[in-house]
Amino acid sequence: MIGVRLYLAQRLSALILAPLVAGHLAVIFYAVQGGLDGAEILSRTQGSVGFGLFYGLFVIAVSVHGAIGLRVVVHEHLKLAGRTLDGFTLATGAVLLGLGLRACVAVVG
Amino acid sequence: MSQAKEADLHVWRGDGNGGGLVRYAVPLRDSQTVLDAVTWIQRRLEPGLSFRFACRVGMCGTCAMTVNGKPRWTCRTRLKDVVENGRVVIAPLENLPVIKDLACDFSSFFGKWGKAGGRFAATATRLDAVAAIRPDSRRRRLADAGIECINCGVCYSACDVVRWNPAYLGPAALNRSWTLVNDERDGGREKRLRAVAGAGGCHNCHSHQGCATLCPNELNPTLSIAGLKRATALAVLKGEM
Amino acid sequence: MIKPHRNHPLWLAFLLHRLSGVCLALYLPVHFLVLGLAIDETARLGGVLRWSETLPVEMAVMGLVFLLAVHLFGGLRLLVLEFLDWHDRQKSVAAAAVALSFAAAAAFFLQVI
Repeated sequence: MIGVRLYLAQRLSALILAPLVAGHLAVIFYAVQGGLDGAEILSRTQGSVGFGLFYGLFVIAVSVHGAIGLRVVVHEHLKLAGRTLDGFTLATGAVLLGLGLRACVAVVG
Repeated sequence: MSQAKEADLHVWRGDGNGGGLVRYAVPLRDSQTVLDAVTWIQRRLEPGLSFRFACRVGMCGTCAMTVNGKPRWTCRTRLKDVVENGRVVIAPLENLPVIKDLACDFSSFFGKWGKAGGRFAATATRLDAVAAIRPDSRRRRLADAGIECINCGVCYSACDVVRWNPAYLGPAALNRSWTLVNDERDGGREKRLRAVAGAGGCHNCHSHQGCATLCPNELNPTLSIAGLKRATALAVLKGEM
Repeated sequence: MIKPHRNHPLWLAFLLHRLSGVCLALYLPVHFLVLGLAIDETARLGGVLRWSETLPVEMAVMGLVFLLAVHLFGGLRLLVLEFLDWHDRQKSVAAAAVALSFAAAAAFFLQVI
C-alpha cells in the first residue's frame, strides 16, 4: 500500500542502512571477539562523535525503513487502510525514532 | 502394478454465493488433457457444468483454471501429469469473482488493465509515414519481451499481492503498461507513469515472481514491474512527477 | 503446508525477508530500551548483560544476527533486481544470501560461546 514516494524513502533508507548494518555487525564481532564487557564498551562509546553520528544516522534510517516496512505488512495481512494505516506508520516511526535517539544519547552522551 | 483406468476429478461447483468440490470419476486415456476430462464430465455426466475454452490448442488462454492449487491452461496440462493418488482438484481462477462453477468474471482484471494505462495513445495517423522502429533497439527489445501477453489471467490469479491488496493493479496490467512505456510511437508516457505510481501501483510488487514461474507464455511481469519502478523513481527524482 | 502456487524458491526468499523484517522491527524497541538503561541504571544494564551471557540468550542473539544478515542480503538481492534489472541466476543468489547469513551468524556464535 505504497506509492512512489514511500517506495523511494524505503529504498533510499535501505541503501543507507546496508553499509551501516555491515559496520554494526563488524563492531559487534570486534566487541565480542575482544571479550569486552558492558562497562568497557561504554567507556569507548561515551563522548565519541563518530559513534554518535554513525548510530544517529542508523536510528533515523531504521525508523523510516521499519515504519514503511511494517506499513506494508499490516496493510496486507491485517487489512489496515486509509487514515488508520497512516496513523500506524507515523506512530511506528515516532516510537522507533524516539527510543532510538534516547538509546543513542545513553550510549554516547 | 496395473495401470489406473480412472481418476477422481474433484471439481468446484457453485457461484458467487458459495459452493464446494464435487467428485466425478473420469476414464483415463492416453494424451488426455485436463480440459478433455472437464469436457467429458460436461458431455457424459453433468450437462450443467460451466467452464470456458476456445482454441483448446494452447494459444488463447481461455481455459485457465486452478489445477491442484496452481493456475494453468487446462488444454496444455496432461491429466496423467497432475493426478496425485488417483485424484485431481479443479477450481476456478483465484482473485476473481466466480460467475458459475469454473467460469470467472474478468471485469476487474480488464478494468485494472485500463487503469494502469494499458491503452496505446496515438501520436500519428494513417496519413503519416510508418514509424521507423529498429527491432533491435533497446526499447523495442524491452517492449517485445512483454507483448506476447494474451490476458489469460494466470499471473493475476497466482499473485499474492493481488490477493492481499485489493487496489493492486496486478502483474498483467503492469506488464502491458511497461510495453507501452517502451513504445516509441506512444504519446501517453507521463499519464501512464502517474497511473502506475499510486497506491495500487507497481511499487507494491514484492518480486515473488510467481507470475514469471507460472506464465504459460514464459513472460516475466516482475521484471517489467521493476522497469516501471525505475521509470517512476527517475521521474520523481527529476521533478517530472 | 505452503500453498501450491507459492511452492518455488523465490517465494521462500520473500517469506524469509518478511519474517526477518517483522522480527527485527519488534526486537528494535526492546534493544533501544535496554541500551537506554545506560543513562541512569548502569547497574541494571550490567545485570542485563550478565543475563545475556547464558547459552539460551546467546543462541537467541545468534538468531537475531542471522535475521539481520538474511534481511540485509535479501534486501540487496531485491535492490539489484529492481535497479540493475539483473535476473539471471536469481535463485542461486537467493540461496547464496541465506548461506552467507548463516555463516555470519555461525561465526558470531562461535566467538561468543
